[in-house]
Amino acid sequence: MTGPTLYALTGAALVGIGFFGLISAQHLLRRVVAFNLIGSGLFVFLGAAGARSGASDPIPQALIITGIVVALSASALAIGLVVAHARASGRPTLPEEDGEA
Amino acid sequence: MSALVAVLVAPLIGALSAVALPGRSGRIAAWVAIVTTLAAAVALAASVISQGMPRLAVGSWEPPVGIVLEADGLSIAMIVMTALVMTAAALTARHMLAGDTKGPRIAFGFWPLMLLLWAALNAVFLSRDLFNLYVGIELLSLAAIGLVAIEGKPEALAAAIRYMIFALAGSLLYLAGVVLVYGAHGALDIGVLVGREPAETDGLALALMTVGLMSKTALFPFHVWLPPAHGGAPAPASAMLSALVPKASYVILLRLWFDVMPDQATDAALTLVATFGAAAVLWGSLAALVQSRVKLIVAYSTVAQIGYLFLVFPLAGGGSEDQPWAAGAWNGAVFLALSHGLAKAAMFLAVGQWMKVRGSDCLDEMEGLATAMPMTAFAFALSSITIVGLPPSGGFTAKYLVMTSAFAAGQWVWALVMACGGLLAAAYLYRPMAMVFRRADLSAFRLPSRAQQAVPLALAGAAIILGIASSGPFETLAIGRPQTAEAGL
Repeated sequence: MTGPTLYALTGAALVGIGFFGLISAQHLLRRVVAFNLIGSGLFVFLGAAGARSGASDPIPQALIITGIVVALSASALAIGLVVAHARASGRPTLPEEDGEA
Repeated sequence: MSALVAVLVAPLIGALSAVALPGRSGRIAAWVAIVTTLAAAVALAASVISQGMPRLAVGSWEPPVGIVLEADGLSIAMIVMTALVMTAAALTARHMLAGDTKGPRIAFGFWPLMLLLWAALNAVFLSRDLFNLYVGIELLSLAAIGLVAIEGKPEALAAAIRYMIFALAGSLLYLAGVVLVYGAHGALDIGVLVGREPAETDGLALALMTVGLMSKTALFPFHVWLPPAHGGAPAPASAMLSALVPKASYVILLRLWFDVMPDQATDAALTLVATFGAAAVLWGSLAALVQSRVKLIVAYSTVAQIGYLFLVFPLAGGGSEDQPWAAGAWNGAVFLALSHGLAKAAMFLAVGQWMKVRGSDCLDEMEGLATAMPMTAFAFALSSITIVGLPPSGGFTAKYLVMTSAFAAGQWVWALVMACGGLLAAAYLYRPMAMVFRRADLSAFRLPSRAQQAVPLALAGAAIILGIASSGPFETLAIGRPQTAEAGL
């Protein structure tokens, strides 16, 4: 198995794990982590896509760095909202999902 | 060219200054940015109409390495509509969100968030690079989520978190599609991708991006986040969220389907997308009928109106040789997006003023407002005319174009859905109108000034003018319009 293929499979596995977490988790912090897993998996996959021609391609690297900055700001906002929601309601889950948790 | 840069940079600088500068000077910086961006939007539109499409390769890097910004007819129509709605929302927010009534947190946070939202919208309308569009809609979502949560009430926070889950999931699906496109073609510039060799993964990439953007546009069945988020935000924020934010992801969808990958549009895919649209029209309208809060009625009406926009995909180009005009359905859909933006913003601003007077937006509390605040009631009535699609409004022109395309193409089912949607809209908008026109004595309440009441009226009037003077916008939309808009997918 070549390097890029291994990276691409790792990325796909991360997306899968993240997707499972997003659907199964009720705790909002777990969902934020799941979003980050999916995003990281996609970035790993994108890096592998850039390496397919043999020589390394600088564009995916620039895209990944930009994407990481975007993901960081999204996570910061998400965690801020989750904390504010937990303080206001006393629960780390969304209101109508309490019963299923 | 300078106007092209100014519509992006002015709101960004304004947002940063509004955070950095203390107290009054921050507010002044925000207003300078609002006026500058409005002027730049008008200047950009004028230059596109008179001199053709300005194109800027950022940092002089040409694609496939660099990012291109370009303004075509669709861009400037959206940018000018955005500028009008933003200015109106800002004029209303100046009084409605003043520090003494709602707390310093909103008075401080609203201005940078609205300017960031504006910059993100303009960036999406101008970008010609799929990854840059991703960054644009992500910034848009973050600013919009902040605006939903700005009051800090528990319900608003829960609505913001639900919105965030849908928006982030949508972004990731879109990003997955972008990754597949880059993996297959090694380019993300729309101009480069137009001439690509279709690859095996293109269908999957388009499907992922479409589902992601549908989630961000709040198309049925991804609409559940929209009513609590738009109904719970302060009125000027609701106006921007409902009128503008769904349009950004919709414009990306138009560019993806009509510019980038028209070859991937199979009949089954087109029918599926339009079926979701039809379901949104019917479901949103029926849900609006049973709401007891005016803001939720207006929010569910947005769910329904978004549905109409997706009927364009199977109808574009339908029976085009039988029509007296080119690209009827495509023009109709863009017209609908524009007139809905103006009318929906006017509705939310009018309802916001009623709420401020009565302290609630329950239907029963709306009695007597037509005599107390005739201008806002007139604004709500004019907006209703556009939403229902009665002549001579912009909404009528839009629906007329789409409907005639449907009949010309022999796809009368979509026309039937539109007719039902129009009737249901008349029914759900009749309920607040009837309440507002009921007699009641409101002389004890403090009413907003006439200048305040004129703001929603101006927006609602603009939506009507779009129908009366439709030939100018009509020709503008033809600038840079894709061939597929005329020929069909």
